[in-house]
Amino acid sequence: MISIRGLTKSFNGTAVLDGIDLDIAPGERVVIIGPSGTGKSTLLRCLNFLDHPDAGRITIGEVTLDAARATRAEILALRRRSAFVFQNYALFANKTAKENIMEALVTVQGRPKAEAEARALEVLAETGLADKADSYPASLSGGQQQRVGIGRAMAIGAELMLFDEPTSALDPEWVGEVLDLMRRVAARHQTMLIVTHEMQFAREIADRVIFMHGGKIVEEGAPEQIFGAPKDERLQRFLKRLTH
Amino acid sequence: MRGLDLDYMLGLVPVILGYVPLTLGMAAAGMVLALILASLLAVERVFRLPWLDWAVVLFISFFRGTPLLVQLFLFYYGLPQVLSVLTSIDGVTAAIMGLTLHFSAYMAETIRAAILGVDRSQWEAAQSIGMTQLQMMRRIILPQAARVAAPTLVNYFIDMIKGTSLAFTLGVTEMMGAAQKEAAGSFLYFEAFLVVALIYWAMVELLSQGQKRLETYLNKAYAR
Repeated sequence: MISIRGLTKSFNGTAVLDGIDLDIAPGERVVIIGPSGTGKSTLLRCLNFLDHPDAGRITIGEVTLDAARATRAEILALRRRSAFVFQNYALFANKTAKENIMEALVTVQGRPKAEAEARALEVLAETGLADKADSYPASLSGGQQQRVGIGRAMAIGAELMLFDEPTSALDPEWVGEVLDLMRRVAARHQTMLIVTHEMQFAREIADRVIFMHGGKIVEEGAPEQIFGAPKDERLQRFLKRLTH
Repeated sequence: MRGLDLDYMLGLVPVILGYVPLTLGMAAAGMVLALILASLLAVERVFRLPWLDWAVVLFISFFRGTPLLVQLFLFYYGLPQVLSVLTSIDGVTAAIMGLTLHFSAYMAETIRAAILGVDRSQWEAAQSIGMTQLQMMRRIILPQAARVAAPTLVNYFIDMIKGTSLAFTLGVTEMMGAAQKEAAGSFLYFEAFLVVALIYWAMVELLSQGQKRLETYLNKAYAR
């Protein structure tokens, strides 16, 4: 169970998150849409404490913390409950594809190397990159790097996977393979919170779609409702702009 | 105008070469200590600990802002007058200390720049998988920074080897000191100092070859 209450964050006096309340059920796939600069990515980054929220409560599984007075240990515990997929892949350049996936298992989870390696190869096979196990990120295409990035997040076995515009930095030719992999992740009832501009994909994969505007959740509902019968005028305008 | 006394020079070569281990030893000791100190200073500069940052800034500023020779004299001749514990310090130790402090200030800036050169998103990725800051630095950031900084650090090592010649002014008989003594006996100053110059040059050339190989190796890193 994931629960967010009253999450706020401002940069230089401008409120980017203005009191976010959100519950996500186990296995639920939630997609966040909205115009640029409305706090979608900041929400994801705050859940992972890549940006520190100003206030609010975050619960992921057994870990609950109060953002305003989170200790270093609490932040680590929270981060270890979720896995983050970055827009620009953010692979470790000094590690091979396999080592990128093993890193969290060995260093953070303290699993034996052999076990971590077996798991990494298993994940690489699922991402269709078994033959790239020993390749460094610099020699992989954008699509391949992002599949490794997703694999790194999958291997952790986190309760929540966060996807921050995972296809936005990709050349169009690589978008399909990354979305395919995300569909496979979704098929395993992984809890996912996804920020994306791929509306077709959002419609297809989401159990629930959230529309954010001005640091607030303005409207949420099933994809048919959000895309088919939007109520809020700002959402209607946002969707209209996309189709024209 | 007189001809070079080649026989004298050839005879002097093995004598000066006998002091190469001392020169290299001082440089190597200084380098290892400077690397450790510089890494600590650089990491502090990156994370900026509020109660320490000003001291590190001051340290780096002082040791970059004053000549090595002045620093050596300050340590060896000056400080013992103020701090009685230092009265028994010998020239070699003082020289190694001076080289360490002086070069660590320069190397700290190089290492700091290399650390900050590692793409921000990799710091975030390391944090997102739940690494502690120590794990992140040790496993992800510093290995990449080391590769970037290595060629420049080798340059500082070369500078440090040449810098050991200043230990002569602290009464240490190293390569330069030995040449000076020989010349004082034979009055063949040109020959003696030419020999010592050529031996320094040869040592640095050898190191430069190694540096070129290191750079080739580093440039193809991570590209398999």
